[in-house]
Amino acid sequence: MAWFNRKEKGIITPTTEKKETPDGLWHKCPTCDHLMLTEDLHKNAYTCVSCGYHERIGSEEYFEMLFDDHVFTELDANITAADPLQFYDSKSYLDRIRDGKAKSGLKDALRSATGKINGVDVTIACMDFTFIGGSMGTVVGEKIARAIQHALNTRQPMLMISRSGGARMQEAGFSLMQMAKTSAKLALLAEAKIPYISLLTDPTTGGVSASYAMLGDFNIAEPNALIGFAGPRVIRETIGKDLPKGFQTSEYLLEHGFLDFIVNRKELKSTLTRLLKMIWGQ
Amino acid sequence: MLLDFEQPIAELEKKLAEMKRDFANNGQDPDIKEGIQLIEKSLHNLKKNTYENLTRWQRVQLSRHAERPYTLDYIEAMCDDFVELHGDRQVADDKAMIGGFGSLDGKPILFIGHQKGRNTKQRQFRNFGMANPEGYRKALRLMKMAEKFNRPIVCLIDTPGAFPGIEAEERGQAEAIAHNIRDMFMLKVPVICIIIGEGASGGALGIAIGDRVLMLENTWYSVISPESCSSILWRSWDYKEQAAEALKLTAKDMQGNKLIDGIIPEPLGGAHTNPAQTYQTVKQTILDTLKTLETLSPEDRIMQRIDKFTAMGVYEENI
Ligand SMILES: [Zn+2]
Repeated sequence: MAWFNRKEKGIITPTTEKKETPDGLWHKCPTCDHLMLTEDLHKNAYTCVSCGYHERIGSEEYFEMLFDDHVFTELDANITAADPLQFYDSKSYLDRIRDGKAKSGLKDALRSATGKINGVDVTIACMDFTFIGGSMGTVVGEKIARAIQHALNTRQPMLMISRSGGARMQEAGFSLMQMAKTSAKLALLAEAKIPYISLLTDPTTGGVSASYAMLGDFNIAEPNALIGFAGPRVIRETIGKDLPKGFQTSEYLLEHGFLDFIVNRKELKSTLTRLLKMIWGQ
Repeated sequence: MLLDFEQPIAELEKKLAEMKRDFANNGQDPDIKEGIQLIEKSLHNLKKNTYENLTRWQRVQLSRHAERPYTLDYIEAMCDDFVELHGDRQVADDKAMIGGFGSLDGKPILFIGHQKGRNTKQRQFRNFGMANPEGYRKALRLMKMAEKFNRPIVCLIDTPGAFPGIEAEERGQAEAIAHNIRDMFMLKVPVICIIIGEGASGGALGIAIGDRVLMLENTWYSVISPESCSSILWRSWDYKEQAAEALKLTAKDMQGNKLIDGIIPEPLGGAHTNPAQTYQTVKQTILDTLKTLETLSPEDRIMQRIDKFTAMGVYEENI
């Protein structure tokens, strides 16, 4: 199993075992049913050794894959959700937060960190889908805004990894304004001519795609991710027609001019390194 | 077309009109006069009682009232001249998003706004006020032009959401909205945004980044409509009233949560019951607000605009 070191405020602490990756010795691919050793799945950047399906991994795995020697400093780790609207549907929002924490082992749907990618200092914010569907509430927005501010202060390239169904309804108006908050900071980052790379993964929809996920100097995506503004169900119900094959996939977005390229996760780190070399430093 | 809570008021108004007719026809009988005064009093009380105690869902209903003024109604009534401009210079002219230069008491301003239609044909023509990417791109093109010619911007927001369609996705609905949000922060000219009806989600926010964001009294602004929220969280369309309550989407709620800057009062009964008064209030608010904003340098306005939105949200932090 992939144990690694996380550098947090100067202390090296081993993290606990990952929550998001499948447990057990064997792993069955959800798309091609191929049975592989879990260890082999990990070695293959959490993509299927047979069909290349990209598992829906989270910040733990991305940070491990991207940061040199798995060393990084987590930023703003102590921000957690409040319930300013005392939102209640079939369940209270506070209960949803509590369950989300228990299920994912995370504090909210995003973690941010700074470290090196092949020697280059970068700031990364990465969404965690296992926490209430990766939904964007104030914590997500605030941590992204602060991560961008960190990139501004330190003049580090900023990488955003999105995986989210969109806004968190239980934070209503607060959630909506996180789109504005993050975009405001990105406007400042652009003014400072610091690169912003947005990696879109499966799925990236709603308010997340309509703000920071689509604002990269470079918008890149993992293969076959669902990316769009409206969800396919909503569109189908609105227009009363079936949707074309491959609609709203990474490949579809590339074809229509909204992505710079699609990157296989196995080549993510090397590709980022090549790209940054072209535009950053010297 | 009357909403259910407008019904008793309309009945009383009808009765009052009848009595006034009687009064005129019956030699100004003092008994009838007394009756008229009584009804006038109870009508006033009924209205006051009704509109001061509207539920959130009832406000949503008022925001969508069939007779409520739309963007072009405001522009026509407020401006002494208006030159409408069209197209995003890429693919099309979006009829759900209008824009152009208008003059308020001789002061030239760029107006941008969602546009709804009033009858079946017009509603379709305006796509129910749901803009496509070209609408957002047209809006941004015009806003950058306003910046170029140093003219302030007023955005009137009234949309049930950005259009969810195949072509909208194909042409980058998400990208168009995101681009607007980011670039509106850097506009050097004053920007005032006013929710005049519905403010649904990213479709609203795509033209709602301003130095002042104001809501008319009977409008709503949130991340999702009560109906869609009901269908997602309650898995049924029947919980829209509860969803409206939970979302806290009224002007008062939004101001209380520091997500907007102010509320523009409407006539008792809603904007549609006295449009002329509504236009006058909105016009005066725009002129007064611009006067304040114009005392700031462009750099200060931009900084304050960014700081305001950056401060939005509530969370806990344990250090
Ligand atoms: Zn497979």
